[in-house]
Amino acid sequence: MNLLVCISKTPDTTSRISFRPNEKEYNTDGVSFIMNPYDEWYALVKALEITEKNGGNVTVINVGPASNDIIIRKALAIGATDAVRVNLENPDAYTTSANIAAHAKNKSYDIIFTGKETIDFNGSEVGAMVAEMLDLPFISYASALEVNGNTSKITRDIEGGVEVCQVEGPYVLSASKGLAEQRIPNMKGIMMAKTKPLTVLDPISENARVTIEKFILPPGKSGVKLINPDDMDELVRLLHEEAKVI
Amino acid sequence: MAVLVYIENPKGKIKKTGYEVACYGAQVAKSLGTDCIGLLIGKTENAGAVGEYGPSKVIHINADQEVEFDSQSFTKVITDVANEHKANIIILAHSANGKALTGRLAVRMNAGNVSGANSLPDTSGGFVVNKSVYSGKAIVRYNITAENKVISVMGNTLKPQAISTAVSPETRTAPLAATNTKVIERKISEGVVPLPEAEIVVSAGRGMKGPENWGIIEDLAAALGATTACSRPVADSDWRPHHEHVGQTGIAIRPNLYIAAGISGAIQHLAGVNNSKVIVVINKDPEAPFFKAADYGVVGDLFEVVPKLTAAIKKFKH
Ligand SMILES: Cc1cc2nc3c(=O)[nH]c(=O)nc-3n(C[C@H](O)[C@H](O)[C@H](O)COP(=O)(O)OP(=O)(O)OC[C@H]3O[C@@H](n4cnc5c(N)ncnc54)[C@H](O)[C@@H]3O)c2cc1C
Ligand SMILES: Nc1ncnc2c1ncn2[C@@H]1O[C@H](COP(=O)(O)O)[C@@H](O)[C@H]1O
Repeated sequence: MNLLVCISKTPDTTSRISFRPNEKEYNTDGVSFIMNPYDEWYALVKALEITEKNGGNVTVINVGPASNDIIIRKALAIGATDAVRVNLENPDAYTTSANIAAHAKNKSYDIIFTGKETIDFNGSEVGAMVAEMLDLPFISYASALEVNGNTSKITRDIEGGVEVCQVEGPYVLSASKGLAEQRIPNMKGIMMAKTKPLTVLDPISENARVTIEKFILPPGKSGVKLINPDDMDELVRLLHEEAKVI
Repeated sequence: MAVLVYIENPKGKIKKTGYEVACYGAQVAKSLGTDCIGLLIGKTENAGAVGEYGPSKVIHINADQEVEFDSQSFTKVITDVANEHKANIIILAHSANGKALTGRLAVRMNAGNVSGANSLPDTSGGFVVNKSVYSGKAIVRYNITAENKVISVMGNTLKPQAISTAVSPETRTAPLAATNTKVIERKISEGVVPLPEAEIVVSAGRGMKGPENWGIIEDLAAALGATTACSRPVADSDWRPHHEHVGQTGIAIRPNLYIAAGISGAIQHLAGVNNSKVIVVINKDPEAPFFKAADYGVVGDLFEVVPKLTAAIKKFKH
């Protein structure tokens, strides 16, 4: 099977959040970046499990600048066969998707994997966009997947539970927690990753459809009001009269 | 120009977020001086009630059939209706199915989109909507510059209010394009409000010591009419079902009231809950980081505090 896994780079959640003086750009100074956990832990590992069982290749793709090679090498160290990077700084979801779709168009991938969302912007957009651009089914938030020849049985998370669906032929999927177990790259993997092919492609460009006007910081909490643990009537009164939530 | 609102109706019932997006769409239409159209697909009880929330017209497709959701065929139907009515703005809920649709709709409409918006658009100098990013540590203001726009709206962004009267829906049949997917099974906890829609959430963490102790959390939730949630280690150890897990790797919620008992308040947990309107934290450790994000705090043993709170709620409601 021929599988494509889309990987993205995000700041570690514990990173300090600040912006450049123009208020339009995230200040990356001193921030450590990681591969988006949904891409690394679930999408990539599930793709590897499938090819380990059925044979085939796992290609990873990232749309981003050369500084993203570090996460690409990590994906290769975890076990991907080869990698593609479309050389573009700060692409929006539409442009990212257009570039992934342009690469995938004539490659006849059996499954295209994305993470359910990036943990910085929580867009959940790229998988659906790639699917629409390629006119393929899209199964979001997959937490289990069984592949049987041309048929896949997929469990997807929905509100309050799960839905199981069956898909024939190629499709796009977004990976949520539970799809696979995280793998840590070993020494051999890290050594091999250095010689695996990483192809850099020129981007196609798209018009901006959305622009960032600015980033603002949320209003802070004014401070916690502590309630005597023996006086829950007081808490109920405050929730009713002051907070007006019950 | 018009605003089209896609309204979800699982098992034939309009979701609360469906009324929310109807209100949202109607307000957008009003600020632009145009019409708002509600759209439903598949069998639905009382579809015309959507009109009470503002849309002046409701289109109901395949009203006599149960229709299974599929992002590919639904995208075609929704964009066909949008094109027919020259709707250049599509609004939908940022729900499980909404997330599978937003990106597709944006591509098919060649639109600018924002997924997970949490404010009405500011149209004073463009078309600017807010969205919470970086685990709730910042808000981005996006200006949608494209002519066509698709916005998925976070649950509880506005309170649905009936402001008008029901309309009689225009029903029609539209063939749903055959696709290669089919739903074969669905497992949903019955009778509870799904987390993303819940107005009150009672959540508990490792401080509970074990799954056998959850009765006090369920009692508190029942007294409040709340939905239960949990921290990640609790779901990971199978003390509670995975769909209750909130946080960065779980579900992001924004209820009016979030009550957390025995949860330390790690940043990854806060990422999913710190947009809640009011947060109450019950923890025996006064240094627990969660108190910094809380509005009300109770320092004490949850095994004593939670039942007392339940009793106080019952007394108040009585
Ligand atoms: C990449 C990544 C993603 C993550 N995603 C998530 C996520 O989505 N959601 C999430 O929740 N976590 C997530 N985590 C885990 C997170 O970092 C914390 O480990 C987790 O939230 C802690 O859960 P907890 O508060 O239940 O347990 P603990 O941190 O063990 O806290 C238990 C709390 O209970 C209190 N307590 C104990 N006994 C009592 C008592 N009798 N009465 C009152 N209080 C009591 C203690 O004082 C303590 O504060 C993630 C971690 C990583 C690295
Ligand atoms: N720049 C990118 N390059 C490759 N894949 C990406 C990129 N951005 C997002 N993705 C993929 O799309 C998924 C969802 O991202 P988003 O729509 O931004 O939340 C991610 O988990 C990745 O799999």
